[in-house]
Amino acid sequence: MAALYMENSSIDREWKKGSAELLLLSLLEALPRHGYEIGKLIEQRSQGALRFHVASLYPLLYRLEKRGWIQGRWVEKSGQRRRRYYRLTAQGRKILASQRQGWQTFVEAISRITGVENA
Amino acid sequence: MPDWKEQIRRQLADLKLAPAREAEIVEELAQHAEDRYRELQSGGATEAEACRMTIDEIGGHELLARELEAVERTDAPEPLVLGAKGTGHFLTGLGQDLRYGFRTLLKNPGFTAIAMLALALGIGANTAIFSVVNGVLLRPLAYPDPDRLLNIFEANAEFGHYSVAYPNYLDWRGGSRSFTDMGAFRSDDFNFTGNGEPEQVAGEYVSASLIPVLGVTPFLGRSFLPEEDRQGAACVVMLAYGFWKERLGAEPNVLGRSLTLNAMSCAVVGVLPADFRFRENARIYLPMEQYNSVELRTRESHMGLGVIGRLKPGATIAAAQAEITSIASRLARQYPATNAGHGAAVVRVKDDMVGRIRPTLLLLVGAVGFVLIIACANVANLLLARSTARQREFAIRAALGADRGRVVRQLLTESVLLSLGGALIGLLIARWGTSVVLAAAPGSLPRAQEIGIDPYVLLFTLAVSIVIGVLFGLAPAFHSANANPQESLKEGTRGAGGGRHRTEGVFVAVETGLAVILLAGAGLMMQSIWRLWRVDPGFNTRHVLTTQFALSPKVMASPTGIQLAFQQLLDRAAAIPGVQAAAITSLVPLGGNDSENSFWPGTGPQPPQDRLTSALFYIVTPDYPSVMQIPLRRGRFFNARDNLASPPVIVIDDVMAKQVFPGQDPVGRQISFLGLGPVQIVGVVGHVKHWGLDSDDTNKIRDQMYFSVRQVPDKFLSEAVAGLTLAMRTGPEPLSLVNAVRAQVAGPTRDQPIYAVQTMEQIISGSLAERRFTMLLLIIFAATALLLAAVGIYGVMSYAVTRRTHELGIRSALGASRSEIVGLVVRQGMKLAAIGMAAGLVAAVVLTRFMAGLLYGVRPADPLTLAAVALLLGGIALLACYIPARRATAVDPVTALRCE
Repeated sequence: MAALYMENSSIDREWKKGSAELLLLSLLEALPRHGYEIGKLIEQRSQGALRFHVASLYPLLYRLEKRGWIQGRWVEKSGQRRRRYYRLTAQGRKILASQRQGWQTFVEAISRITGVENA
Repeated sequence: MPDWKEQIRRQLADLKLAPAREAEIVEELAQHAEDRYRELQSGGATEAEACRMTIDEIGGHELLARELEAVERTDAPEPLVLGAKGTGHFLTGLGQDLRYGFRTLLKNPGFTAIAMLALALGIGANTAIFSVVNGVLLRPLAYPDPDRLLNIFEANAEFGHYSVAYPNYLDWRGGSRSFTDMGAFRSDDFNFTGNGEPEQVAGEYVSASLIPVLGVTPFLGRSFLPEEDRQGAACVVMLAYGFWKERLGAEPNVLGRSLTLNAMSCAVVGVLPADFRFRENARIYLPMEQYNSVELRTRESHMGLGVIGRLKPGATIAAAQAEITSIASRLARQYPATNAGHGAAVVRVKDDMVGRIRPTLLLLVGAVGFVLIIACANVANLLLARSTARQREFAIRAALGADRGRVVRQLLTESVLLSLGGALIGLLIARWGTSVVLAAAPGSLPRAQEIGIDPYVLLFTLAVSIVIGVLFGLAPAFHSANANPQESLKEGTRGAGGGRHRTEGVFVAVETGLAVILLAGAGLMMQSIWRLWRVDPGFNTRHVLTTQFALSPKVMASPTGIQLAFQQLLDRAAAIPGVQAAAITSLVPLGGNDSENSFWPGTGPQPPQDRLTSALFYIVTPDYPSVMQIPLRRGRFFNARDNLASPPVIVIDDVMAKQVFPGQDPVGRQISFLGLGPVQIVGVVGHVKHWGLDSDDTNKIRDQMYFSVRQVPDKFLSEAVAGLTLAMRTGPEPLSLVNAVRAQVAGPTRDQPIYAVQTMEQIISGSLAERRFTMLLLIIFAATALLLAAVGIYGVMSYAVTRRTHELGIRSALGASRSEIVGLVVRQGMKLAAIGMAAGLVAAVVLTRFMAGLLYGVRPADPLTLAAVALLLGGIALLACYIPARRATAVDPVTALRCE
């Protein structure tokens, strides 16, 4: 599955791997975004802890698109070159909800075991 | 900046993705790379550092290819590849083009609707005119071998074509060898009684040979036998299909049934086929010899007799002409009193029928062609604008290896689809338009009932739409195909090069120029009609009601009875409230009929025929000048004392007075007539434009004579009764009296029908029918052209303003005022319009010469008309430029600059 940059050695590679789909879907929940923007947002919001490589970001987008969870569309805005914007489909929205639920359960379970406070 | 696409494409090379898919991925990732590169630079990295880091990120790994392969290889069938080189079958390619074309058009419903509407107007107008040309000019007459059918006329110095004297026809028929046979015909009206209300029925006297000469087989029964076309034979009749169906209920046992026509009992021997259209109005046919008139048998009377001959196989028209001419010369020697100076003329029946209208129709074909060109220029402009917006699409295809031909083909498919769509709507417009125009100008076209949409018209429309689809698609297509893919992809929104603007400018100029020509044509026709309406016809056309009528068969038996019936009819008509005066006349000015009589001045013996003068001969009742309000110049008009017991008198018009008695008072002088002997001139009245408001001045026969109905010798009276018109001057609106007139004319026996009721103004309007038809169409075409040209200019200017938003923003930021900005934009547009108008005016000067024959009182290159046209079009062009220019001033400099 998608590989993430190892920016911070304290974060396990496997954690990131399982969470990549969830991250993408979450970022598209509010409004459609293009690939570069998605990459930047992940970097910014994780304060540099997470970074997607081009080689994993786009194939992942294509895969999600193929599954019908997101949909890409070329949009031309005045004064700009056209870009491919991705938006969440109805199916994607359901998946996001269930993944979010699963992640929540997982994090709570880990917290209970490790005694780490849930942020 | 490195070529990111190339970098990425290299990484993907091994994947062998479908070209379209690969292009998408390449574009998306290159965009990402560029974003990253710029971000690094703006973060302080040097160009070289930024470049290296970006390449590291996107290209440093095998990962991309591997990941993509995992995703993309699970692909289902290859998607439609539009840019690909034509590896497949031609038809598959065409199918793809069509499908893609449909989708593209549906995606832009606004564009598609506007383009199709413009094309529908152009194609519809052309289809309509072609359906007229097809029905009138092209379609052969509905007889076997119609090109061998010839009309034969008498001809003399006064009339090129003249109706034939029956004895001359008999001599021609007997003496000629070039024809298989000849037939004669003469139109007449018949009083049909004994079948409900009495009815006046239009019909024809035809010789027994006519129907066989035409090659027509009756639908029922047979045509006339030679022995039925003899003097004194029992009356027989053939029926037009429509008459049999409508009046006799399509009765199958109609043969042998007897109809009462003009109080004669006539046995039905045949019914003609439904498509038999020898004379459009004729509903019954009687043998020629049933025409019981002494005048039929004299050589001096030309009673509207027509002759048709069928050329023998192998014989030429020239030989037939020579032969008939030599027979006519022999007759002229043999009967100098009646035939001297009479030759003969031979013309193909179809040419005689439609020859006169041909130049008009060809003029309209030209005009409507211009409309189509304008529509095409408009659509080409739209396509050009759109092709600019689609630059990237084509560039991507080209970059993916699509050859130019493939892109051109795709675009042409789209434009042909557009024009076919336009043609479909156009057919509806044509169908509707033709019927509306024909209804608006009745009687303006021969063979009008043969006009319609047939397979030839459909074929024409199809061919036109394909040809123009290709033509107007070519410029945008080549423009797009020539686009430099790198340029287009690099500069997303501002693709177009200068070539496009030039082409666009040319289209605008061409549209404007053609609109000028059409407007000039329409303007000249309008002026002609306007001037014709103002021509003084020599009488007061207002408040005159005319109607033809038939006398009761019961009164027709004796001349006294007829004269009495006339008087009673006039008394009853004059008593109708609202009728101020009533008269009977044999001829109505401008009504399309004429009757001449030959005379010589003095009381001497008759000179030979070629030394006689002909004059129009009106047979009228005394109140005729009061009804028509024709001014009396000298002497008096008729009164009740002018009758058969008093010496015959005549009234002439002032043209004849000047012509025959120059510088003298004609009143009291004598002239002599064939068959009437000497008569005395008792008065002179004003000249009336009889032949036409325009053509009367140039007609060879302009002299006019009036003769009193009461002085018509008994032997001519029953003849003179046919086709008489009752004319009434009315106080109220003439048509409001029709019912009262019908009731009064019918009389106590209720067997005197009226028919062909018209006001004098309607008659004049009818005399201008052909011109009005031409004017109406030219106005419609010119208005369409004006609309299309205005839309074209507006479209181009709007686009130009959008394109110049940035520039205009800078200008206004630098302090240009609103009016300066408006002036700038308007000048640009008006320059194009002015070039087009100048070229159009020059072309109009040349082209309007072809319509000289249709004009009246105005020269083809009339400066006033051309100036008015330039002013009108200039105004519209100005408006079309001004609206976008106003919008340009609304550009906010900040927004405009931010676009960059």
